[in-house]
Amino acid sequence: MPCRGRKTHLSTTTVVTETVSVVLLLGVLAFAVVRPRGLPEATAAVPAAALAVAVGAVSAADAWQQTRTLLPVVVFLALILMLAQLCADEGLFEAAGAAVARWCGGSPRRLLTGVFAVAAAITAVLSLDATVVLLTPVVFATAARVGARARPQVYATAHLANSASLLLPVSNLTNLLAFAASGLSFTRFAALMALPWLAAVAVEYAVFRRFFRADLAVAPVPGPAAGRDPGVPVFTLVVVALTLGGFVVTSFAGLAPAWAALAGVLVLGGRALAQRRTGPRALVTAAAPLFCLFVLALGIVVKAVVDNGLDTGLGRLLPAGTSLPALLGVAAVAALLANVINNLPAVLALLPLVQPGGAGPVLAVLIGVNLGPNLTYVGSLATLLWRRVLHAHDTRAELGSFTRLGLVTVPATLLASTLALWGMLHLVGT
Amino acid sequence: MSVIVWIVEGTWPACVDAARARAAPGEEIALLYVRDDALAETAHGAFAGLLGRGRPERDPGTSLERLAAASGRDLLRAAADRLGRPCTCVERGGRVEREVVAAARDAGLLVCARDGDPARLGPRSLGPATRFVVDHAPCPVLLVWPGEAPRTPLPPPPPHPGHRP
Repeated sequence: MPCRGRKTHLSTTTVVTETVSVVLLLGVLAFAVVRPRGLPEATAAVPAAALAVAVGAVSAADAWQQTRTLLPVVVFLALILMLAQLCADEGLFEAAGAAVARWCGGSPRRLLTGVFAVAAAITAVLSLDATVVLLTPVVFATAARVGARARPQVYATAHLANSASLLLPVSNLTNLLAFAASGLSFTRFAALMALPWLAAVAVEYAVFRRFFRADLAVAPVPGPAAGRDPGVPVFTLVVVALTLGGFVVTSFAGLAPAWAALAGVLVLGGRALAQRRTGPRALVTAAAPLFCLFVLALGIVVKAVVDNGLDTGLGRLLPAGTSLPALLGVAAVAALLANVINNLPAVLALLPLVQPGGAGPVLAVLIGVNLGPNLTYVGSLATLLWRRVLHAHDTRAELGSFTRLGLVTVPATLLASTLALWGMLHLVGT
Repeated sequence: MSVIVWIVEGTWPACVDAARARAAPGEEIALLYVRDDALAETAHGAFAGLLGRGRPERDPGTSLERLAAASGRDLLRAAADRLGRPCTCVERGGRVEREVVAAARDAGLLVCARDGDPARLGPRSLGPATRFVVDHAPCPVLLVWPGEAPRTPLPPPPPHPGHRP
Protein backbone atom coordinates (compact mmCIF):
# COMPACT_ATOMS: atom_id res chain seq x y z
CA MET A 1 0.00 0.00 0.00
CA PRO A 2 1.45 3.33 -1.06
CA CYS A 3 0.53 5.05 2.18
CA ARG A 4 2.38 2.54 4.36
CA GLY A 5 5.36 2.61 1.97
CA ARG A 6 5.58 6.39 2.24
CA LYS A 7 5.45 6.21 6.05
CA THR A 8 8.29 3.68 6.13
CA HIS A 9 10.30 5.85 3.75
CA LEU A 10 9.74 8.91 5.94
CA SER A 11 10.76 7.19 9.17
CA THR A 12 13.86 5.75 7.48
CA THR A 13 14.78 9.28 6.37
CA THR A 14 14.23 10.53 9.94
CA VAL A 15 16.44 7.78 11.35
CA VAL A 16 19.17 8.62 8.86
CA THR A 17 19.03 12.37 9.46
CA GLU A 18 18.89 11.85 13.24
CA THR A 19 21.90 9.52 13.05
CA VAL A 20 23.80 12.05 10.93
CA SER A 21 22.85 14.84 13.36
CA VAL A 22 23.95 12.85 16.42
CA VAL A 23 27.26 11.95 14.73
CA LEU A 24 27.78 15.62 13.85
CA LEU A 25 27.04 16.71 17.45
CA LEU A 26 29.34 14.09 18.93
CA GLY A 27 32.03 15.15 16.46
CA VAL A 28 31.64 18.82 17.42
CA LEU A 29 31.77 17.98 21.16
CA ALA A 30 34.73 15.62 20.77
CA PHE A 31 36.62 18.27 18.80
CA ALA A 32 35.81 20.94 21.42
CA VAL A 33 37.05 18.70 24.24
CA VAL A 34 40.17 17.39 22.48
CA ARG A 35 41.03 20.54 20.48
CA PRO A 36 43.49 18.84 18.12
CA ARG A 37 46.58 21.00 17.47
CA GLY A 38 44.99 23.75 19.56
CA LEU A 39 42.54 24.63 16.80
CA PRO A 40 39.53 26.74 17.85
CA GLU A 41 36.32 24.82 18.55
CA ALA A 42 34.52 26.67 15.74
CA THR A 43 36.79 24.88 13.23
CA ALA A 44 34.63 21.77 13.53
CA ALA A 45 31.35 23.36 14.65
CA VAL A 46 30.84 25.68 11.66
CA PRO A 47 31.37 23.01 8.94
CA ALA A 48 29.21 20.61 11.00
CA ALA A 49 26.38 23.17 11.07
CA ALA A 50 26.74 23.71 7.31
CA LEU A 51 26.65 19.94 6.75
CA ALA A 52 23.52 19.61 8.92
CA VAL A 53 21.79 22.12 6.63
CA ALA A 54 23.22 20.53 3.45
CA VAL A 55 21.91 17.04 4.26
CA GLY A 56 18.53 18.44 5.24
CA ALA A 57 18.79 17.57 8.96
CA VAL A 58 17.72 21.13 9.60
CA SER A 59 16.20 23.43 6.99
CA ALA A 60 18.01 26.62 6.01
CA ALA A 61 15.06 28.63 7.33
CA ASP A 62 15.15 26.86 10.71
CA ALA A 63 18.93 27.26 10.93
CA TRP A 64 18.59 30.98 10.21
CA GLN A 65 15.78 31.28 12.77
CA GLN A 66 17.95 29.52 15.40
CA THR A 67 20.89 31.85 14.61
CA ARG A 68 18.63 34.91 14.89
CA THR A 69 17.37 33.66 18.27
CA LEU A 70 20.88 33.00 19.57
CA LEU A 71 22.61 36.07 18.13
CA PRO A 72 21.40 38.61 20.75
CA VAL A 73 22.29 36.13 23.52
CA VAL A 74 25.78 35.68 22.13
CA VAL A 75 26.32 39.43 21.71
CA PHE A 76 25.23 39.97 25.33
CA LEU A 77 27.69 37.27 26.43
CA ALA A 78 30.53 38.88 24.45
CA LEU A 79 29.81 42.21 26.18
CA ILE A 80 29.89 40.59 29.63
CA LEU A 81 33.18 38.84 28.81
CA MET A 82 34.65 42.20 27.74
CA LEU A 83 33.35 43.88 30.90
CA ALA A 84 34.94 41.17 33.09
CA GLN A 85 38.30 41.49 31.34
CA LEU A 86 38.25 45.29 31.67
CA CYS A 87 37.49 44.92 35.40
CA ALA A 88 40.42 42.50 35.75
CA ASP A 89 42.72 44.89 33.87
CA GLU A 90 41.75 47.65 36.32
CA GLY A 91 42.70 45.43 39.28
CA LEU A 92 39.19 44.84 40.62
CA PHE A 93 39.86 41.18 41.40
CA GLU A 94 43.16 41.85 43.22
CA ALA A 95 41.39 44.56 45.22
CA ALA A 96 38.64 42.09 46.15
CA GLY A 97 41.27 39.56 47.25
CA ALA A 98 43.08 42.15 49.36
CA ALA A 99 39.79 43.25 50.97
CA VAL A 100 38.99 39.65 51.90
CA ALA A 101 42.52 39.17 53.32
CA ARG A 102 42.10 42.29 55.51
CA TRP A 103 38.56 41.40 56.58
CA CYS A 104 39.35 37.82 57.62
CA GLY A 105 41.79 39.02 60.27
CA GLY A 106 43.76 35.77 60.25
CA SER A 107 40.75 33.47 60.61
CA PRO A 108 40.58 30.75 57.94
CA ARG A 109 36.83 30.39 58.49
CA ARG A 110 36.32 34.11 57.84
CA LEU A 111 38.61 33.78 54.82
CA LEU A 112 36.30 31.08 53.46
CA THR A 113 33.28 33.31 54.14
CA GLY A 114 34.96 36.19 52.30
CA VAL A 115 35.92 33.98 49.36
CA PHE A 116 32.32 32.72 49.20
CA ALA A 117 30.98 36.31 49.18
CA VAL A 118 33.39 37.53 46.49
CA ALA A 119 33.09 34.43 44.29
CA ALA A 120 29.28 34.45 44.54
CA ALA A 121 29.10 38.17 43.69
CA ILE A 122 31.61 38.02 40.80
CA THR A 123 29.99 34.92 39.32
CA ALA A 124 26.54 36.50 39.52
CA VAL A 125 27.53 39.87 38.01
CA LEU A 126 30.46 39.10 35.69
CA SER A 127 29.73 35.43 34.85
CA LEU A 128 31.34 32.12 35.73
CA ASP A 129 34.07 32.66 33.13
CA ALA A 130 35.35 35.58 35.22
CA THR A 131 35.41 33.45 38.36
CA VAL A 132 37.17 30.49 36.75
CA VAL A 133 39.70 32.40 34.67
CA LEU A 134 40.29 35.66 36.53
CA LEU A 135 39.36 35.07 40.19
CA THR A 136 40.87 31.62 40.86
CA PRO A 137 44.54 32.75 40.78
CA VAL A 138 43.63 35.76 42.96
CA VAL A 139 41.97 33.49 45.54
CA PHE A 140 45.06 31.27 45.69
CA ALA A 141 47.33 34.30 46.07
CA THR A 142 45.04 35.63 48.82
CA ALA A 143 45.24 32.36 50.79
CA ALA A 144 49.05 32.38 50.41
CA ARG A 145 49.19 36.00 51.52
CA VAL A 146 47.13 35.24 54.63
CA GLY A 147 49.22 32.11 55.23
CA ALA A 148 46.19 29.82 55.17
CA ARG A 149 45.75 26.48 53.45
CA ALA A 150 44.45 27.09 49.95
CA ARG A 151 42.52 23.89 49.28
CA PRO A 152 39.11 24.95 50.73
CA GLN A 153 39.38 28.35 49.05
CA VAL A 154 40.33 27.06 45.59
CA TYR A 155 37.68 24.32 45.70
CA ALA A 156 35.13 26.95 46.81
CA THR A 157 35.93 29.09 43.77
CA ALA A 158 35.57 26.09 41.44
CA HIS A 159 32.24 25.09 43.00
CA LEU A 160 30.77 28.58 43.18
CA ALA A 161 31.58 29.27 39.52
CA ASN A 162 28.77 26.79 38.87
CA SER A 163 26.47 26.97 41.88
CA ALA A 164 26.55 30.78 42.27
CA SER A 165 25.73 31.25 38.59
CA LEU A 166 21.97 30.90 39.12
CA LEU A 167 21.12 34.50 39.98
CA LEU A 168 21.16 36.73 36.89
CA PRO A 169 20.75 36.09 33.17
CA VAL A 170 24.36 37.30 32.72
CA SER A 171 25.88 34.88 35.26
CA ASN A 172 26.23 31.99 32.80
CA LEU A 173 25.76 31.41 29.08
CA THR A 174 23.22 28.74 30.01
CA ASN A 175 21.25 31.45 31.87
CA LEU A 176 21.26 33.74 28.84
CA LEU A 177 19.87 30.90 26.73
CA ALA A 178 17.22 30.07 29.34
CA PHE A 179 16.44 33.77 29.78
CA ALA A 180 15.73 34.10 26.06
CA ALA A 181 13.54 30.97 26.16
CA SER A 182 11.66 31.87 29.35
CA GLY A 183 10.09 35.12 28.17
CA LEU A 184 10.85 36.62 31.59
CA SER A 185 12.12 40.14 32.16
CA PHE A 186 15.62 40.58 33.63
CA THR A 187 14.28 41.59 37.05
CA ARG A 188 11.61 38.86 37.16
CA PHE A 189 14.29 36.28 36.30
CA ALA A 190 16.49 37.62 39.12
CA ALA A 191 13.56 37.71 41.57
CA LEU A 192 12.64 34.09 40.84
CA MET A 193 16.23 32.88 41.03
CA ALA A 194 17.38 34.88 44.08
CA LEU A 195 16.20 32.28 46.59
CA PRO A 196 17.45 29.25 44.59
CA TRP A 197 20.83 31.06 44.27
CA LEU A 198 20.98 31.80 48.00
CA ALA A 199 19.94 28.23 48.80
CA ALA A 200 22.71 26.78 46.61
CA VAL A 201 25.38 29.09 48.09
CA ALA A 202 24.19 28.40 51.67
CA VAL A 203 24.23 24.61 51.18
CA GLU A 204 27.71 24.79 49.63
CA TYR A 205 28.94 26.90 52.56
CA ALA A 206 27.55 24.52 55.18
CA VAL A 207 29.08 21.49 53.43
CA PHE A 208 32.46 23.24 52.95
CA ARG A 209 32.65 24.23 56.63
CA ARG A 210 32.19 20.61 57.64
CA PHE A 211 34.15 18.95 54.83
CA PHE A 212 37.25 21.11 55.38
CA ARG A 213 36.97 21.49 59.16
CA ALA A 214 40.56 20.33 59.74
CA ASP A 215 42.05 22.81 57.22
CA LEU A 216 39.82 25.57 58.56
CA ALA A 217 40.80 24.92 62.19
CA VAL A 218 44.46 25.83 61.65
CA ALA A 219 45.28 29.46 62.43
CA PRO A 220 47.27 30.91 59.51
CA VAL A 221 50.78 32.29 59.83
CA PRO A 222 51.12 35.30 57.49
CA GLY A 223 53.50 34.42 54.69
CA PRO A 224 56.47 36.52 53.67
CA ALA A 225 54.59 37.20 50.42
CA ALA A 226 52.27 39.64 52.22
CA GLY A 227 52.87 42.71 50.09
CA ARG A 228 51.28 46.12 49.93
CA ASP A 229 47.57 46.46 49.33
CA PRO A 230 46.46 47.26 45.79
CA GLY A 231 44.19 50.30 45.67
CA VAL A 232 40.44 49.96 45.14
CA PRO A 233 39.54 50.84 41.52
CA VAL A 234 36.64 53.08 42.53
CA PHE A 235 35.77 54.21 39.02
CA THR A 236 35.49 50.60 37.79
CA LEU A 237 33.45 49.59 40.81
CA VAL A 238 31.02 52.46 40.21
CA VAL A 239 30.67 51.60 36.51
CA VAL A 240 29.93 47.95 37.36
CA ALA A 241 27.32 49.04 39.92
CA LEU A 242 25.74 51.41 37.40
CA THR A 243 25.72 48.65 34.76
CA LEU A 244 23.93 46.40 37.23
CA GLY A 245 21.44 49.19 37.88
CA GLY A 246 21.17 49.62 34.10
CA PHE A 247 20.03 45.99 33.76
CA VAL A 248 17.10 46.77 36.08
CA VAL A 249 16.26 50.09 34.38
CA THR A 250 16.36 48.66 30.83
CA SER A 251 14.29 45.74 32.02
CA PHE A 252 11.56 48.06 33.35
CA ALA A 253 11.79 50.23 30.22
CA GLY A 254 11.22 47.18 28.02
CA LEU A 255 14.68 47.45 26.43
CA ALA A 256 17.22 44.66 26.00
CA PRO A 257 19.55 44.62 29.07
CA ALA A 258 22.47 44.14 26.67
CA TRP A 259 22.31 47.94 26.11
CA ALA A 260 23.35 48.46 29.75
CA ALA A 261 26.25 46.04 29.27
CA LEU A 262 27.24 47.92 26.10
CA ALA A 263 27.23 51.21 28.01
CA GLY A 264 29.46 49.70 30.73
CA VAL A 265 31.89 48.36 28.11
CA LEU A 266 31.96 51.68 26.24
CA VAL A 267 32.77 53.64 29.42
CA LEU A 268 35.44 51.25 30.79
CA GLY A 269 36.81 50.31 27.36
CA GLY A 270 36.84 53.91 26.15
CA ARG A 271 38.70 55.03 29.26
CA ALA A 272 41.25 52.19 29.01
CA LEU A 273 41.79 52.94 25.31
CA ALA A 274 42.19 56.66 25.96
CA GLN A 275 44.73 55.97 28.71
CA ARG A 276 46.46 53.44 26.42
CA ARG A 277 46.11 50.63 28.96
CA THR A 278 44.46 48.38 26.38
CA GLY A 279 44.27 48.15 22.62
CA PRO A 280 41.41 47.42 20.21
CA ARG A 281 42.90 43.98 19.52
CA ALA A 282 42.88 43.06 23.23
CA LEU A 283 39.27 44.21 23.52
CA VAL A 284 38.16 42.11 20.55
CA THR A 285 40.03 39.10 21.94
CA ALA A 286 38.26 39.57 25.28
CA ALA A 287 34.91 39.30 23.47
CA ALA A 288 35.94 35.78 22.35
CA PRO A 289 34.54 36.04 18.78
CA LEU A 290 35.46 32.45 17.90
CA PHE A 291 33.66 31.18 21.01
CA CYS A 292 30.58 33.18 19.96
CA LEU A 293 30.77 31.61 16.49
CA PHE A 294 31.09 28.17 18.13
CA VAL A 295 27.90 28.76 20.18
CA LEU A 296 25.93 29.82 17.07
CA ALA A 297 27.11 26.76 15.10
CA LEU A 298 26.53 24.41 18.05
CA GLY A 299 22.99 25.81 18.28
CA ILE A 300 22.24 24.68 14.69
CA VAL A 301 23.72 21.19 15.18
CA VAL A 302 21.80 20.70 18.44
CA LYS A 303 18.60 21.88 16.73
CA ALA A 304 19.10 19.19 14.08
CA VAL A 305 19.47 16.53 16.79
CA VAL A 306 16.43 17.75 18.73
CA ASP A 307 14.11 18.16 15.73
CA ASN A 308 14.88 14.73 14.27
CA GLY A 309 13.82 12.63 17.22
CA LEU A 310 15.60 13.62 20.45
CA ASP A 311 12.56 15.72 21.34
CA THR A 312 10.31 12.65 21.50
CA GLY A 313 12.99 10.56 23.22
CA LEU A 314 13.90 13.10 25.91
CA GLY A 315 10.33 14.38 26.06
CA ARG A 316 9.30 11.03 27.52
CA LEU A 317 11.91 11.34 30.26
CA LEU A 318 10.87 14.84 31.29
CA PRO A 319 7.92 15.16 33.65
CA ALA A 320 5.39 17.84 32.74
CA GLY A 321 3.94 20.59 34.96
CA THR A 322 5.27 22.79 37.72
CA SER A 323 4.60 20.56 40.73
CA LEU A 324 7.58 20.03 43.02
CA PRO A 325 8.19 16.41 41.91
CA ALA A 326 7.99 17.51 38.24
CA LEU A 327 10.49 20.34 38.75
CA LEU A 328 12.81 18.01 40.68
CA GLY A 329 12.56 15.46 37.85
CA VAL A 330 13.39 18.08 35.21
CA ALA A 331 16.35 19.38 37.25
CA ALA A 332 17.66 15.83 37.78
CA VAL A 333 17.46 14.93 34.06
CA ALA A 334 19.16 18.23 33.17
CA ALA A 335 21.94 17.60 35.72
CA LEU A 336 22.45 14.10 34.36
CA LEU A 337 22.61 15.24 30.73
CA ALA A 338 24.98 18.10 31.64
CA ASN A 339 27.24 15.57 33.33
CA VAL A 340 27.34 13.33 30.29
CA ILE A 341 27.86 15.83 27.46
CA ASN A 342 28.55 19.22 29.13
CA ASN A 343 25.93 21.76 30.15
CA LEU A 344 26.02 23.93 27.02
CA PRO A 345 24.70 21.32 24.54
CA ALA A 346 22.49 19.96 27.35
CA VAL A 347 20.68 23.26 27.83
CA LEU A 348 20.37 23.81 24.05
CA ALA A 349 18.76 20.37 23.74
CA LEU A 350 16.42 20.65 26.73
CA LEU A 351 15.12 24.21 26.38
CA PRO A 352 12.92 23.64 23.30
CA LEU A 353 11.34 20.66 25.09
CA VAL A 354 10.42 22.48 28.30
CA GLN A 355 9.69 25.91 26.79
CA PRO A 356 5.98 25.17 26.16
CA GLY A 357 5.61 24.41 29.88
CA GLY A 358 6.52 28.01 30.79
CA ALA A 359 9.23 29.63 32.91
CA GLY A 360 9.07 27.10 35.79
CA PRO A 361 10.42 24.08 33.92
CA VAL A 362 12.86 26.31 31.98
CA LEU A 363 14.37 27.50 35.27
CA ALA A 364 14.40 23.94 36.64
CA VAL A 365 16.49 22.92 33.61
CA LEU A 366 18.81 25.79 34.42
CA ILE A 367 19.21 24.64 38.04
CA GLY A 368 20.09 21.16 36.77
CA VAL A 369 22.61 22.21 34.13
CA ASN A 370 24.30 24.79 36.38
CA LEU A 371 24.58 22.70 39.56
CA GLY A 372 25.15 19.28 37.97
CA PRO A 373 28.67 20.01 36.66
CA ASN A 374 30.05 20.17 40.22
CA LEU A 375 29.92 16.39 40.34
CA THR A 376 33.27 16.17 38.55
CA TYR A 377 36.02 18.75 38.61
CA VAL A 378 35.82 19.21 34.84
CA GLY A 379 32.05 19.56 34.55
CA SER A 380 31.25 16.53 32.40
CA LEU A 381 32.08 12.90 31.81
CA ALA A 382 33.22 13.66 28.25
CA THR A 383 35.91 16.09 29.43
CA LEU A 384 36.83 13.82 32.35
CA LEU A 385 37.41 10.84 30.06
CA TRP A 386 39.63 12.89 27.79
CA ARG A 387 41.69 14.22 30.71
CA ARG A 388 42.05 10.64 31.94
CA VAL A 389 43.41 9.65 28.53
CA LEU A 390 45.82 12.61 28.56
CA HIS A 391 47.03 11.86 32.10
CA ALA A 392 46.83 8.07 31.96
CA HIS A 393 50.30 7.67 33.45
CA ASP A 394 50.13 10.69 35.68
CA THR A 395 49.08 10.03 39.26
CA ARG A 396 50.33 13.26 40.76
CA ALA A 397 47.05 14.98 41.56
CA GLU A 398 44.42 13.50 43.86
CA LEU A 399 40.95 14.65 42.87
CA GLY A 400 38.97 12.05 44.83
CA SER A 401 38.14 14.61 47.51
CA PHE A 402 36.65 16.95 44.86
CA THR A 403 34.39 14.12 43.65
CA ARG A 404 33.38 13.20 47.23
CA LEU A 405 32.57 16.87 47.84
CA GLY A 406 30.47 16.95 44.64
CA LEU A 407 28.61 13.80 45.64
CA VAL A 408 27.44 15.65 48.76
CA THR A 409 26.82 19.14 47.39
CA VAL A 410 25.22 18.36 44.01
CA PRO A 411 22.16 16.41 45.26
CA ALA A 412 21.81 18.76 48.24
CA THR A 413 22.02 21.98 46.20
CA LEU A 414 19.73 20.54 43.49
CA LEU A 415 17.12 19.73 46.11
CA ALA A 416 17.42 23.02 48.01
CA SER A 417 17.45 25.24 44.90
CA THR A 418 14.56 23.45 43.18
CA LEU A 419 12.54 23.62 46.40
CA ALA A 420 13.30 27.35 46.57
CA LEU A 421 12.31 27.78 42.90
CA TRP A 422 9.02 25.97 43.50
CA GLY A 423 8.37 28.28 46.45
CA MET A 424 9.22 31.41 44.44
CA LEU A 425 7.03 30.32 41.51
CA HIS A 426 4.10 30.11 43.91
CA LEU A 427 5.03 33.32 45.73
CA VAL A 428 6.09 35.60 42.87
CA GLY A 429 4.53 33.85 39.87
CA THR A 430 5.86 34.16 36.35
CA MET B 1 69.69 9.65 59.52
CA SER B 2 68.13 13.04 59.40
CA VAL B 3 65.26 14.97 60.90
CA ILE B 4 62.57 15.82 58.37
CA VAL B 5 60.32 18.77 59.17
CA TRP B 6 57.04 18.79 57.24
CA ILE B 7 56.29 22.44 56.46
CA VAL B 8 52.57 23.15 56.10
CA GLU B 9 50.77 26.50 56.04
CA GLY B 10 49.70 27.54 59.51
CA THR B 11 51.56 24.94 61.56
CA TRP B 12 55.14 25.23 60.28
CA PRO B 13 56.61 27.54 62.99
CA ALA B 14 55.83 25.02 65.77
CA CYS B 15 57.42 22.20 63.75
CA VAL B 16 60.56 24.25 63.06
CA ASP B 17 60.85 25.18 66.76
CA ALA B 18 60.41 21.53 67.80
CA ALA B 19 63.09 20.40 65.32
CA ARG B 20 65.52 23.04 66.61
CA ALA B 21 64.90 21.90 70.20
CA ARG B 22 65.09 18.14 69.53
CA ALA B 23 67.75 17.73 66.84
CA ALA B 24 71.23 17.00 68.10
CA PRO B 25 73.94 19.53 67.17
CA GLY B 26 75.28 18.55 63.76
CA GLU B 27 72.28 16.37 62.99
CA GLU B 28 71.03 16.93 59.47
CA ILE B 29 67.71 18.76 59.20
CA ALA B 30 65.60 18.77 56.03
CA LEU B 31 62.65 21.12 55.60
CA LEU B 32 60.04 19.50 53.35
CA TYR B 33 57.24 21.33 51.54
CA VAL B 34 54.83 19.44 49.30
CA ARG B 35 52.75 21.37 46.78
CA ASP B 36 49.19 20.13 46.49
CA ASP B 37 48.96 19.48 42.74
CA ALA B 38 45.21 18.90 43.05
CA LEU B 39 44.73 22.69 43.28
CA ALA B 40 46.29 23.51 39.91
CA GLU B 41 44.56 20.48 38.40
CA THR B 42 41.22 21.73 39.77
CA ALA B 43 41.79 25.07 38.03
CA HIS B 44 42.88 23.30 34.80
CA GLY B 45 39.72 21.16 35.04
CA ALA B 46 37.37 24.08 35.71
CA PHE B 47 38.78 25.79 32.60
CA ALA B 48 38.51 22.60 30.51
CA GLY B 49 34.86 22.37 31.60
CA LEU B 50 34.12 25.74 29.96
CA LEU B 51 33.30 24.24 26.58
CA GLY B 52 34.38 26.31 23.62
CA ARG B 53 36.62 28.79 25.49
CA GLY B 54 39.82 26.92 24.68
CA ARG B 55 42.48 29.61 24.72
CA PRO B 56 45.34 27.90 26.54
CA GLU B 57 46.98 31.19 27.50
CA ARG B 58 43.96 31.94 29.72
CA ASP B 59 44.10 28.62 31.63
CA PRO B 60 44.13 29.61 35.35
CA GLY B 61 45.77 26.28 36.24
CA THR B 62 49.02 27.52 34.71
CA SER B 63 48.96 30.64 36.91
CA LEU B 64 48.22 28.48 39.93
CA GLU B 65 51.21 26.21 39.20
CA ARG B 66 53.46 29.27 39.11
CA LEU B 67 51.93 30.82 42.24
CA ALA B 68 52.07 27.53 44.18
CA ALA B 69 55.76 27.05 43.34
CA ALA B 70 56.56 30.62 44.45
CA SER B 71 54.50 30.25 47.63
CA GLY B 72 56.29 26.99 48.53
CA ARG B 73 59.71 28.58 48.04
CA ASP B 74 58.72 31.59 50.19
CA LEU B 75 57.50 29.31 52.95
CA LEU B 76 60.68 27.21 52.92
CA ARG B 77 62.80 30.37 53.02
CA ALA B 78 60.86 31.68 56.02
CA ALA B 79 61.16 28.29 57.76
CA ALA B 80 64.92 28.13 57.13
CA ASP B 81 65.31 31.66 58.55
CA ARG B 82 63.36 30.69 61.65
CA LEU B 83 65.40 27.49 62.13
CA GLY B 84 68.60 29.52 62.14
CA ARG B 85 70.97 26.64 61.48
CA PRO B 86 72.17 24.87 58.34
CA CYS B 87 69.45 22.78 56.71
CA THR B 88 68.30 21.38 53.39
CA CYS B 89 65.13 22.65 51.71
CA VAL B 90 63.17 20.02 49.79
CA GLU B 91 60.25 20.98 47.56
CA ARG B 92 58.06 18.32 46.02
CA GLY B 93 54.68 18.24 44.27
CA GLY B 94 51.92 15.65 44.05
CA ARG B 95 49.62 13.92 46.49
CA VAL B 96 50.77 15.62 49.65
CA GLU B 97 50.45 12.81 52.20
CA ARG B 98 52.02 10.21 49.90
CA GLU B 99 54.95 12.47 49.04
CA VAL B 100 55.63 13.10 52.75
CA VAL B 101 55.64 9.38 53.53
CA ALA B 102 57.95 8.71 50.57
CA ALA B 103 60.32 11.50 51.64
CA ALA B 104 60.49 10.11 55.19
CA ARG B 105 61.64 6.68 53.99
CA ASP B 106 65.19 7.00 55.36
CA ALA B 107 64.55 9.64 58.01
CA GLY B 108 65.42 9.27 61.67
CA LEU B 109 62.52 11.45 62.74
CA LEU B 110 59.57 13.16 61.06
CA VAL B 111 58.25 16.31 62.71
CA CYS B 112 54.68 17.31 61.93
CA ALA B 113 51.88 19.19 63.63
CA ARG B 114 48.45 18.37 64.92
CA ASP B 115 45.90 20.20 62.77
CA GLY B 116 42.53 19.55 64.33
CA ASP B 117 40.59 21.98 66.53
CA PRO B 118 43.26 23.93 68.48
CA ALA B 119 40.77 24.87 71.22
CA ARG B 120 40.36 21.38 72.67
CA LEU B 121 42.22 18.15 73.19
CA GLY B 122 41.05 15.34 70.83
CA PRO B 123 39.38 13.46 69.38
CA ARG B 124 39.73 14.12 65.63
CA SER B 125 43.00 15.88 66.23
CA LEU B 126 44.33 15.21 62.73
CA GLY B 127 43.14 16.21 59.27
CA PRO B 128 42.97 13.50 56.58
CA ALA B 129 46.49 14.18 55.19
CA THR B 130 48.18 14.26 58.60
CA ARG B 131 46.22 11.16 59.66
CA PHE B 132 47.60 9.34 56.60
CA VAL B 133 51.16 10.48 57.32
CA VAL B 134 51.01 9.42 60.98
CA ASP B 135 49.47 6.07 60.01
CA HIS B 136 51.98 5.29 57.25
CA ALA B 137 55.22 6.99 58.33
CA PRO B 138 58.13 4.52 58.14
CA CYS B 139 60.02 6.32 60.94
CA PRO B 140 59.39 7.78 64.41
CA VAL B 141 56.99 10.73 64.29
CA LEU B 142 57.06 13.76 66.56
CA LEU B 143 53.56 15.29 66.65
CA VAL B 144 53.53 18.82 68.04
CA TRP B 145 50.84 21.33 68.97
CA PRO B 146 50.79 24.25 66.52
CA GLY B 147 50.43 26.60 69.50
CA GLU B 148 50.00 26.19 73.20
CA ALA B 149 47.80 23.23 74.15
CA PRO B 150 44.51 24.27 75.80
CA ARG B 151 44.33 23.84 79.55
CA THR B 152 41.52 21.41 80.27
CA PRO B 153 41.01 19.02 83.17
CA LEU B 154 42.79 15.74 82.60
CA PRO B 155 42.11 12.94 82.11
CA PRO B 156 39.05 13.56 79.91
CA PRO B 157 35.69 12.40 81.32
CA PRO B 158 34.91 8.71 80.74
CA PRO B 159 32.94 7.96 77.55
CA HIS B 160 29.17 7.68 77.88
CA PRO B 161 27.67 4.19 77.77
CA GLY B 162 27.44 2.82 74.24
CA HIS B 163 30.40 4.92 73.00
CA ARG B 164 32.53 3.12 70.46
CA PRO B 165 36.10 4.35 70.11
